[in-house]
Amino acid sequence: MPILTRRSLLAASGAALAMPALGQGNWPNRPIQLVVPWGAGGGTDATARIVGSLLERDLGQPVNVVNRTGGSGVVGHSAIATAAPDGYTIGMITVEITMMHWQGLTQLNPTSYTPLALMNSDPPGVQVKQDSPYQDIKALADAIKARPAGTFKASGTGQGGIWHLALVGWLQAMGLKGDHVRWVPSNGAAPAMQELAAGGVDIVTCSVPEARAMIDAGRAKSLAIMAPQRNPMFAQVPTLNETLGINYSVGAWRGIAAPKNLPAPIAQRYGAALKAAYDNPQFKEFMSSRGFGTVWQDAAGFASFMAEGDRAMGAAMRGAGLARG
Amino acid sequence: MDALLQAFGLVFDPFVLGVIGVSALFGMFVGAMPGLTATMATALLVPVTFFMPPVPALGAIVTATAMAIFAGDIPGAMLRMPGTPASAAYADESYAMTQKGQLNLCMGVNLVFSVAGGMIGVAVLIAFAPLLAEVAINFSSYEYFWLACLGLTCAVFMSNADPVKGFLSLFFGLLLATVGIDPAAGFPRFTFDNVDLMGGVNFVATMIGMFAVSELMRGAVSLDQDAKVVVQAVGNIFKGVGGVFRRYWLNFLRGSAIGTAIGALPGAGADIAAWISYAMSKRFSKQPEKFGTGEVEGIVDATSANNSALASAWIPALVFGIPGDSITAIVIGVLYMKGMNPGPTVFQENPQLIYAVFLIFILANIIMLPLGWAAIKSARQILRAPRNMLLPVILLFCLVGSFAMTNSLYGVVLMLAMGILGWVMEEHGIPVAPLILGLVLGEMLEQTFVQSMIKADGHWLEFFSRPIAGTLGVVTLGIWLVMLGRGFRRGPVAAPA
Repeated sequence: MPILTRRSLLAASGAALAMPALGQGNWPNRPIQLVVPWGAGGGTDATARIVGSLLERDLGQPVNVVNRTGGSGVVGHSAIATAAPDGYTIGMITVEITMMHWQGLTQLNPTSYTPLALMNSDPPGVQVKQDSPYQDIKALADAIKARPAGTFKASGTGQGGIWHLALVGWLQAMGLKGDHVRWVPSNGAAPAMQELAAGGVDIVTCSVPEARAMIDAGRAKSLAIMAPQRNPMFAQVPTLNETLGINYSVGAWRGIAAPKNLPAPIAQRYGAALKAAYDNPQFKEFMSSRGFGTVWQDAAGFASFMAEGDRAMGAAMRGAGLARG
Repeated sequence: MDALLQAFGLVFDPFVLGVIGVSALFGMFVGAMPGLTATMATALLVPVTFFMPPVPALGAIVTATAMAIFAGDIPGAMLRMPGTPASAAYADESYAMTQKGQLNLCMGVNLVFSVAGGMIGVAVLIAFAPLLAEVAINFSSYEYFWLACLGLTCAVFMSNADPVKGFLSLFFGLLLATVGIDPAAGFPRFTFDNVDLMGGVNFVATMIGMFAVSELMRGAVSLDQDAKVVVQAVGNIFKGVGGVFRRYWLNFLRGSAIGTAIGALPGAGADIAAWISYAMSKRFSKQPEKFGTGEVEGIVDATSANNSALASAWIPALVFGIPGDSITAIVIGVLYMKGMNPGPTVFQENPQLIYAVFLIFILANIIMLPLGWAAIKSARQILRAPRNMLLPVILLFCLVGSFAMTNSLYGVVLMLAMGILGWVMEEHGIPVAPLILGLVLGEMLEQTFVQSMIKADGHWLEFFSRPIAGTLGVVTLGIWLVMLGRGFRRGPVAAPA
């Protein structure tokens, strides 16, 4: 793996020498850092790596993916927002940027960045244990409504995370209170699926690709997804709308952004490169093989998408009692 | 079967084999240098493994630590200075053999029984880890809560120090684990509005500080006191080893069994395994009066035990994410960095990676025989390496490694601060291992406790409602009662050895 070694060494030296570009005319003339607020091996990391490798070919400079994890995403999102706006540090921002500031975790919000492009969005699924007494979403929904609050336990991510809100939104759409099903905070989707398989919780609301390992192992099944359409990779899983008549959809999205005040020519160059990456069959193939959804919004579209999402999240989180301050 | 074939493909790749070869030499050197430990070898590998795919990264750690634990025996026998703490238990005995003119036999026994003991540990790892993973897939937060409790209990129980100092260290580790975003309510704690602290105290950077930097400071203080090295020439080391094996095969099996069991317990590693098996050997020997006078019997037990402990420490690390010793605590950090989150699911999702680790363990123990022989033969040169050049190079690796863990200067600052803290603690006889275990297991303990309480609607008896959780709970509470009872009856317990 000599290439990896060289690239990563460049990453380290690039980070140490992160100074403003001397002349923007010949941008980019040194390696670019792509900051990922989540850990290696996860969905955001995988998406960032494929985007990074396609950008690298287009821009002619190495694009190094740097994982800045921790603090429920705050650490990485801060690293992107506070970097120099010289085009040499960009990052993959995620749905959490429209949520964390409502929780009082950070001051950062979508306007703290120069949005470049929205690339992906995954809807949550409703997963149960393989041998659960509820073999379809209708039976589960009826049982939830029939039993007293707190009977059912669900998990999928931390308190106030995107999959928690997905549950809250679904319950509210059924006319129930947001905490009718008790939320058990977990350290992400994988530990929640393990807890589900072990019989510790009844429901996990995370995206279907995140649940896939346990589903493939025959320990869990997906009853529905909260999206307008079915996912072609998991075509047998129905939507909430076709089974319950509930038109509720929400998603965990990922997009590329730069620090605020990125010079317009660089932003335009990125916009073109990201569009080319999005249209590249290699990107489409990679994303669909993992079951990840692809969505495209250019810089302006991404900005208004985030502004709209931010408002909706604020309302949902206040409604669920998850907002602070 | 497919996964096993894939694993062979992963391991028998020129790059991976090259990494294993280089790490073997590195491990031999680090182990043979008094003051440089196997844990430090692992810490120094962190920056290097950062740039590798998972298999060579884990291969480097497995190979280097296996070599280091054996190589620690070399200066023990030649200079009466154990190369790693794992050889400390029998350094006096080995040196006494050397003085009796039995250096060759002593080295041969150390090498052959290290390899054999290592193989037993690997066999147990291969046999039990996948089985345990099958069981562990059904573990929920209740079971993990009790496992975390048991692990923390072991940390204090197994350390050689005064229990009060052990608890002090443990509770400080748990305190450090609370820094960051609270795993239950998602609220920042002890972060002082600092974004880096929101990510918590990185335990790998902490360990690099505690195990490497603190050792550097100790080394720097005593730099000019280097003993003039006088090393005897070594002849045919394998002569007479067969006779020792025929005579002491029971000791070998007992030492390996004790080592494997202790290695698998959280918080206790190769060093404790060597102390306990040496003591057991003396206790059950027909001629205990000869111990300490250069008798090979105790060495057979202890040198088998420390190498077998090394492999079995990976069992709880891979299956539960609970480190079996300080080396596997770093390994858990590396696994997370590679996206191979430890836990029973890794056995289902990436069995080929697990098999590759097993294969590398076997391979490492096989090449230990020729490389160990070469290390013994060249001990004179190795032991003359100038320390004033070695220490700055080590510091450099520490800096790069801690930067790699957080991708920011935060890791470097944390590492240096923890290095000073570790040095102060060791100078006052406070063990650092319980602190590390508290830091690594703190989040698991808190998270599983809160999850369990939410799931149980606050009914604490639910912690005993599942058969395995109930058993683990009763065992944990039983150990606590015994510890309390002993404390009341005898007052402070004197530290053994």
